[in-house]
Amino acid sequence: MSVPARDNVPTLDSAAVRESLPLGGTKVAPFPKVQALSVATTRTRPRGARLLKLARTVAGEVVPPLIPLLVLLGVWELLCAGPDAALPPPSRVLADTWELITDPFYDRGGLDKGLFWHLLASLQRVLLGYSLAAVGGVAVGTLIGQSQWAMRSLDPLFQVLRTVPPLAWLPLALAAFKSGEPSAIFVIFITAVWPIVINTAVGIRNIPEDYRNVARVLQLNPLEYAVKIMIPAAAPYIFTGLRIGIGLSWLAIVAAEMLIGGVGIGFFIWDAWNSSLISDIIVALIYVGIIGFFLDRSVALVGVLVTRGTATS
Amino acid sequence: MASAYLSIEQVGKSFTRGGSTTQVLADIDLKVGRGEYISIIGHSGCGKSTLLNIVAGLTPVSTGAVLLDNSEVNAPGPDRAVVFQNHSLLPWLTVYDNVRLAVDKVFRGRKSAAERHDWTMHNLDLVQMAHARTRRPSEISGGMKQRVGIARALAMEPKVLLLDEPFGALDALTRAHLQDSVMQIHASLGNTVMMITHDVDEAVLLSDRIVMMTNGPAARIGEILDVPLARPRERLDLVADPTYLRCRAAVLKFLYERHRLVEAA
Repeated sequence: MSVPARDNVPTLDSAAVRESLPLGGTKVAPFPKVQALSVATTRTRPRGARLLKLARTVAGEVVPPLIPLLVLLGVWELLCAGPDAALPPPSRVLADTWELITDPFYDRGGLDKGLFWHLLASLQRVLLGYSLAAVGGVAVGTLIGQSQWAMRSLDPLFQVLRTVPPLAWLPLALAAFKSGEPSAIFVIFITAVWPIVINTAVGIRNIPEDYRNVARVLQLNPLEYAVKIMIPAAAPYIFTGLRIGIGLSWLAIVAAEMLIGGVGIGFFIWDAWNSSLISDIIVALIYVGIIGFFLDRSVALVGVLVTRGTATS
Repeated sequence: MASAYLSIEQVGKSFTRGGSTTQVLADIDLKVGRGEYISIIGHSGCGKSTLLNIVAGLTPVSTGAVLLDNSEVNAPGPDRAVVFQNHSLLPWLTVYDNVRLAVDKVFRGRKSAAERHDWTMHNLDLVQMAHARTRRPSEISGGMKQRVGIARALAMEPKVLLLDEPFGALDALTRAHLQDSVMQIHASLGNTVMMITHDVDEAVLLSDRIVMMTNGPAARIGEILDVPLARPRERLDLVADPTYLRCRAAVLKFLYERHRLVEAA
């Protein structure tokens, strides 16, 4: 195709507009109309049009998620506006917790700390338990995926154990470790490890026969096979397991901390409930949700980087 | 015919599954000369891929033996490079890295890193894929993937190049391009090639001899046809060539008259 010089705009442009206008002209399809307009303006006023296009893209990304959020806040405000409402409306929450939101770093000793410190303590527990689960889960999953015998012997056990709710492990862990901190980490570990084990095993089991044949023709030794074929081939599955695992860990930590106490977001929520600080609970929940979201996205991002785009984000 | 370079001797293969044994191949005897281009043709399910896998060492024989350059084949190795039907490039590696993986493995200790790079590029050049070296398999077309698969196999400097229906998944035009490329490469490098195909024209165009397999179970070599066409062969010149037509007719007769696939396809 020849270079579309700006001077030759009339033919190119009118063709583009003519093509899209019939669609844009009808009321049912507003999107093509926008396209047609932007095509026309890009050619005639490049800089302004580019800004306009950028603004449109930003608006397209930002506006849709904002609408339900505003609706939700509005409905909530209306429902909880009465003087005898059980829960505070958003405006009250904001007023009650302004100090909590604006100063997350205060530390008055003991358990009276800002949200940052509680969240940090929870994150540390999760990261420790989750790291153990990731390492152990991938190792055991690899074993099960590679060896038919390991699969047959361990799979039934794992299928039963993985259905045990995370908190059911806590009393047992407390009895074994005689301390809250390692028990909480154990609960995180045992919660996150199953999806990692199972997905890793499935990933390794599903390595296409062709890749194995390539490895055999090239006479790769077991180490080369693991590094060059097995791990990259199973990586998308492994990262699916890791993503499910981090989500479950974050779910389990709040419940575990409610029971074991000490600094942590779970304890903060329970403590707020005991002090009837409903607004504090709501703020804490929002933080928990946002951090859970970022944990999930960061594992997904690492997955995309490691698998170079073969894992779906 | 040249002296036997690749020799398949009394090879039989049976698979046992759930107590019942199926004989797939029986009494396969075939001698392939150095530099010869052999096609194996037969209906699907006749065990031609099994035969190729046996030569590759991916499938063990039940009876008989395969000898290559006077040593017995009993494990896969880069001296019998395989071009798989669905290319089987590693999707997380670039085109270059896919070939380089093979080059590094085969020539480590024998060539320096710079030489291995040059050899990788040389083989990509052979299949006209050097321009796409930084692309990943998902970013190139089916024909290009198969070219890279061929480059990877050639880069191992195999004694025998094994092609398992290499053009089966491609459209007719791409297939013709690739066939021409393979003919050129075979002419310039003089590889010994064993190709599985179910395309009669492809077999006649490319091969020195066509091995026709009977239907399974217990498939055997039904007939071996010499293709006495001079090389280089030109697709267009052959359209009306009497030798070409005679060979084509012979293969078609074998497949559709004498060894028609009985069960409904």
